[in-house]
Amino acid sequence: MKTSRAMTLLKGATAIWLLGATGAMAQTTLEFSQWWEPELPKGSLRAIMDDFEKENPDIKVDLISGPYATTRDQIAIGAASGTMSDVVGLDGAWVNSLSAQNAIADMNPLMESTDFDKSQVADIIKIDDKAVMFPVASFVYPLFVNLDFAKEAGVTGLPSTRAEFLEAAKKMTNADANKYGWALPLSLQSPSSVLNDMMSWVWASGESMMADGKPALEGAPVLDMLTFVKDLNDAGVISPGIASKTEQEKVEEFVNGRIGMMVDTLAHVNLIRERNPDLNFDVIPMPVVEGYEGKRGMAYASWGIGISESTEHKDEAWKLVQYMMREDVNARLVSLANAFPGNVNAKPDFVTSDPVFAKAFEIFQAGYLANEFTGLPEAVDLMRQFDVETQKMLEGQQTPEETAAAAQAKWIEKF
Amino acid sequence: MTARGPKANYKLGRKVAPYFYLSPSLLVVGLLMLLPMGMVITYSFQESAVLRPDTSFAGFKHYRAIFGDEVFWASLWHTLYFTIASVVAHMTIGLAFALMLNSDRISPMLRSVLRVLYILPWLFTQVIIAVIWRLLLDPNGVVNSILIDLGIIGSKVEWFSSVETALHAVTFANIWAGYPLFMVSLLAGLQGIPKDLYEAADIDGATGPQKLFFITIPQLMPIIVSISLLDFIWTMQVFPLIWLTTGGGPIYATEVLSTYTYKLAFSQYNLAQAAASAVTILLISIGLTLFYIRHQKAR
Repeated sequence: MKTSRAMTLLKGATAIWLLGATGAMAQTTLEFSQWWEPELPKGSLRAIMDDFEKENPDIKVDLISGPYATTRDQIAIGAASGTMSDVVGLDGAWVNSLSAQNAIADMNPLMESTDFDKSQVADIIKIDDKAVMFPVASFVYPLFVNLDFAKEAGVTGLPSTRAEFLEAAKKMTNADANKYGWALPLSLQSPSSVLNDMMSWVWASGESMMADGKPALEGAPVLDMLTFVKDLNDAGVISPGIASKTEQEKVEEFVNGRIGMMVDTLAHVNLIRERNPDLNFDVIPMPVVEGYEGKRGMAYASWGIGISESTEHKDEAWKLVQYMMREDVNARLVSLANAFPGNVNAKPDFVTSDPVFAKAFEIFQAGYLANEFTGLPEAVDLMRQFDVETQKMLEGQQTPEETAAAAQAKWIEKF
Repeated sequence: MTARGPKANYKLGRKVAPYFYLSPSLLVVGLLMLLPMGMVITYSFQESAVLRPDTSFAGFKHYRAIFGDEVFWASLWHTLYFTIASVVAHMTIGLAFALMLNSDRISPMLRSVLRVLYILPWLFTQVIIAVIWRLLLDPNGVVNSILIDLGIIGSKVEWFSSVETALHAVTFANIWAGYPLFMVSLLAGLQGIPKDLYEAADIDGATGPQKLFFITIPQLMPIIVSISLLDFIWTMQVFPLIWLTTGGGPIYATEVLSTYTYKLAFSQYNLAQAAASAVTILLISIGLTLFYIRHQKAR
């Protein structure tokens, strides 16, 4: 009797074990590598993934998180060795080389097979007609102005044109008191300032640094921008230490009231408030060239998402991408990140609750997103080369024309 | 065929045993050092390493490319300046502080305090050192403020942002960070010099400088040479300090071989050329290491 009872128990346990094992085998584990988790409130991205897992019990998501630069290097190496995570966080500056290596999947077939509504997505980044990336969250770069600083300096109206910006910056500058109108962080350690602080002037006036898919740095838009930056430097309105200044130091200078204006990401609004709760600042659209009245381009950086070409779970990976782009999930993510949504229907809650974000959202809606570095080959290196040539110009070694020509010659080699 | 006798087996065992005991170390060294080194050397001769599928043999193409790049030669020159200036200054400052800490003219209490103070830079990581010096040498930083107050400079100097000063500024920061190694080693050496040498010199009427140049330095010479060679090898490979202070700029003013190689690999994603540059650094390091080993053997 005892023996048969033990046998029954053993059989039952075996059945349960087998069921569990089969269940575990049926579950797919997706790796999702990104740099977002450390930049979001603790546990918030994991919570979003937990909800995804609840909706898709057969899929488990492992978050592989690290700082931006580490993630970039990991993805580059993973792409080469075929070990890239199933779903990857992407920057528009990386996608060209990843696509050239055939490391990121074309999402067109996946969209078609699931009748995905493309109209809900703010942008689809394409390389050779392959849909390789969706921007999940966009961080726009308006002009930040320290209002008290401007008032003290006698700046009455906030600048709307480049000439007005120069005048305002001159009024704000008092080198003896360590106060300057603007900051330009051109450290070669991270040359993204070329995108944020320089080319943003070009895009604001509806202009372009490209022509027919090739660089056009010797054209009037970029040349005028370089001349403008040189004028600002010659007028002494840029805070010193340009060539080694980093973006973080620029923000610190703004927080400490040492510069009156800066081009910066909206993502830093809360950081600025935490560091200096008394700072009275606002965001305004980037000033434009005299006479321009069209829509203003607004520089942005984005958290993009894509799928590895080598993944064995493309369908599951696509489910996760769809989930991240869904209206409610996207709104939840961008509300946490203080970013603008990748889903056009998503409404982040900060837009209604915070006047600075509300203003930025108005600027965003009145203009358009612009980042011509997205999809360019070796985009970071292009920025670095432009940075070096700009440094030569600011050191007085070459004119804006020579700067544009030298950068053009270097860029064209990459195309 | 004849079976091996016990004597032959014993002899074979005696021959093989050392290699058996060494095998864990050999395995680790092989996997962690020789294999990666071999792979990097292989990459440097491939058409396109790691990131692209074309792995055909490229000969010395990448070496010709980097040797034809004027930025590479500028980097090599900056590396030599940075390294030689750092090693000489480390040695001089380290010796001066070691002599000070070994002197009976300073009270034991003060010596203890100075010993702690002087060794502090050694405790910081390169990242912390970079942050400290970025703050100190900021155009609005303490150093400019003091120098202006003392009337040494008339206006703010952009130490890390000016082509004229950036290389000297990073070298200075590295000197500050590295002298304690010399100081500690030389202090240990000083305490081992027999006192009777100085007593004999005193009887002969030798002056202080004479004792320094004819007793102290010759006695310390083996340590000085050893530490200098090691410091030369380590300093030549410094990366974080330069990267975090100047990023190799302004323009190419502080570009050294390590930052040059990093940019090739992770900015241009040209890993084959980066491998060629890394192999060049490896060859220089091997040359210095052989010199070091010969010196150690000679001792």
